[in-house]
Amino acid sequence: MSKGNVPEITVEPERYELQEAPLRHFDLDRRDFFKLAGGGVAVFLLLPKAVAQESGHRGSRFREALPQNIGAWLHIGEDGAVTVYTGKAEMGQNIRTSLTQAVAEELHVKVGDISLVMGDTDVTPFDMGTFGSRTTPTMNKHLRQVASVARDLLVGLAAKRWDVPPSLLVAEDGKVLQPNTTRSVSYAELAQGQTLAQAVVENDPLTPAADWKVAGTSVAKVNGRAFVTGEHQFASDIRRPGMMFGKVVRPSAFGATLDSLDVSKAKAMPGVTVVHDGDFVGVVAPSEFEAKRAAASIRASWKTTPQPSSAELFDYLKSHAESSGRGDYVAGSMKDGLAAARHRLKATFTIAYIQHAPLEPRAAVAEWDNGKLTAWTGSQRPFGVQQQLEEVFHLSNGNCRVIVPDTGGAYGGKHTGECAIEAARLARAAGKPVKLVWTREEEFAWAYFRPSGVIEIASGVDENGLITAWEFHNYNSGEAAIRTPYDVPNQHIEFHEVNAPLRQGSYRSLAATANHFARESHMDELAHRAKMDPLEFRLKNLKNQRLKFAFTAAAEAFGWKTRKPSKGHGFGMGGGVEKGGYVATCAEVAVDHSSGEVRVVRVTSAFDCGAVVNPNGLRNQIVGANVMGLGGALFEAIEFKDGRITNGTFTQYRVPRFQDVPEIQPVLIDRKDQPSAGAGETPICGLAPAIGNAIFDATGKRIYSMPMVPNGLKKA
Amino acid sequence: MARITEILVNGKRHAIDADAEATLLSVLRDDVGLTGTKFGCGEGQCRACTVLLDGKPIHSCLTPVGDAAGKQITTIEGLARNGRLHPVQQAFLDAEAMQCGYCTSGMIVTAVVLLREHPDPSEKTIREFMQGNICRCGTYPRIVEAIRRATAAMKKS
Repeated sequence: MSKGNVPEITVEPERYELQEAPLRHFDLDRRDFFKLAGGGVAVFLLLPKAVAQESGHRGSRFREALPQNIGAWLHIGEDGAVTVYTGKAEMGQNIRTSLTQAVAEELHVKVGDISLVMGDTDVTPFDMGTFGSRTTPTMNKHLRQVASVARDLLVGLAAKRWDVPPSLLVAEDGKVLQPNTTRSVSYAELAQGQTLAQAVVENDPLTPAADWKVAGTSVAKVNGRAFVTGEHQFASDIRRPGMMFGKVVRPSAFGATLDSLDVSKAKAMPGVTVVHDGDFVGVVAPSEFEAKRAAASIRASWKTTPQPSSAELFDYLKSHAESSGRGDYVAGSMKDGLAAARHRLKATFTIAYIQHAPLEPRAAVAEWDNGKLTAWTGSQRPFGVQQQLEEVFHLSNGNCRVIVPDTGGAYGGKHTGECAIEAARLARAAGKPVKLVWTREEEFAWAYFRPSGVIEIASGVDENGLITAWEFHNYNSGEAAIRTPYDVPNQHIEFHEVNAPLRQGSYRSLAATANHFARESHMDELAHRAKMDPLEFRLKNLKNQRLKFAFTAAAEAFGWKTRKPSKGHGFGMGGGVEKGGYVATCAEVAVDHSSGEVRVVRVTSAFDCGAVVNPNGLRNQIVGANVMGLGGALFEAIEFKDGRITNGTFTQYRVPRFQDVPEIQPVLIDRKDQPSAGAGETPICGLAPAIGNAIFDATGKRIYSMPMVPNGLKKA
Repeated sequence: MARITEILVNGKRHAIDADAEATLLSVLRDDVGLTGTKFGCGEGQCRACTVLLDGKPIHSCLTPVGDAAGKQITTIEGLARNGRLHPVQQAFLDAEAMQCGYCTSGMIVTAVVLLREHPDPSEKTIREFMQGNICRCGTYPRIVEAIRRATAAMKKS
């Protein structure tokens, strides 16, 4: 691992991506492509190996054998229609719009004249998946690249047509012109009769952010109207001729196996097909109502095994952890660092399991046709789901197509293909297309969870307020942002893997939320020990200029220095670096001392993600991340016992609602001199510690658990 | 078991053949083909499935279609007039009060009722009235803003 105190910006370590390298890559066949897309001009971006890996995940930990691959392509039809193909998926992060802007910027056409085909494994290039905030730093650049080359190609065609040097021509609003002449030709005219394909590698100069005209502006959501009219077809809205409805009979507990089964009643129902294969039991029926009724009539008994419960979770994590003792990052000597300290501090934090609970539960429609499977499903990994289906059903290359319509929320929770697999199983047995939509209870119990964790910190600060020692152990919750951005000469950072009690996976920012909560809460505690203002203490221990600036910007917009103490009110801050973004958040809370109710009054979140691609979309992401973060910070926690989730409904599991939401002020730090980073995740990181530190400020009570106040603030 | 053979949606009669106990939501989506109304929880906690029954908002995921037969059902698809968006739809679009957009139909239908009952709602009233609608993307502040815009637009017209 690299030295130095500021973590390098690397690809998010997606420890919990349960995935292998792809088994195939897209075979580029020019003739086939034009047969499919029609004549015109096409540009394909070839990825060098390193970049291909980056669009997936960190290479070192996993077997990674991506061949040189195609990252994106763009087609300009003979009618001038611009179609861009990318394997990324839209699930609310607004990349359909921001990627369209990127193409418009370089191709010099209107946003409305571009359509994006996303996440369809038959027609879009392979992509590892939409996660880790990688769309903006990678796919945005790739699309700008192909668009820029396409523009050059069109200019070249016009130059040939008029027999003039290309340098005399300009491309503007879907046309190529020769300034100071009447010469003008549309892209459509240039594309007519062509089957011109060009493959490029990433080397063409791109328009610098300072000169952007379309990128960098608040272009409206390109398909926004379809959402307000209800016309947009999510995966759960797909209907196919002759489609039936599926329902799965779930085991009574995690790890349970089928003991006995009586499906006679279901089998006797008209139009019902019962599917039983090992421990899998499901039904197919002509309507959802009949499918539910058939499933409910099935009598199954299950053999269970002892399972851990949430009551003993944190002891379980500690006692089932692997410890190498070597540390993932070590600098100097903890012993020396602690010896040099004036104040020494230890703290233990706990992090509960939480659920993504996307409002659109897992859904899939599966259809078999002559041995070829097509599945429509909401997923962050269209090609990952395709690969799972190919493996499960032993499908050869080309016999499985996964189509991902813009999806109803994911937040890291839709990486896996279980629902598509189940729908395909049911459809194969029924011999008809089948739709399967998980219930909310299924989504709560059988999807995966954001990992729980235990975090231990030992630290020291000297009489000048400088941190001398920093030891940080994370059990199970993950490595994202495990390193401290502060300048500490003596460090020991270690992640401890645990054979976890629940199925766990990615989440918005993954472990960065937990690691920021622990670190920034502890920073606040150290600042109080050192008798320094929390802002001054942070700035004193930071060299990272961009993070310093974010803290300063947040503090200024929030009015940190002029904050006025009042009874029951408290102020706190938290921030850090993650996925190439720099976030600092300030919060004010109000605590009702008699009831113990904690209300977040206002939040200011300053965020630097390099050159801003769409300010309005970015504000939406910053505010949304903070709202989502409120749940994990204050009250969300999955409870489980005997292999069952005991609070797996929206009645029992509280998520943030209108009345929970404070005034949230996003502050955009637009760094046109810096590459654009993703923005869907990192803004969530500062909120929980800012609230926790504000509660301490208001009450003198330090909270070491996420969620912090599921039942209000109990009297000490 | 009783069968329902006709329902009245957005001013149109639709011939169906559904068990009276089937949910109105499933009939609207699967039999009538109006998929703008969404399933979110099946427990009346998220209001993604909100439709109007004789003008009153209901959880269509919990309402048997038998209870809706013979009544006027209004869904998100029935709000626009001749391609012109309802002021609430227009306001949601203008304020870009959505992220993934899955809760949007239920939010808009609920907000239409809010503005009918409270033509000039305070922010507190908006939040109270909308409290039953979940947006997991956390777009709540913009939804409040959209409702304010719609209030202004509807006052003008």
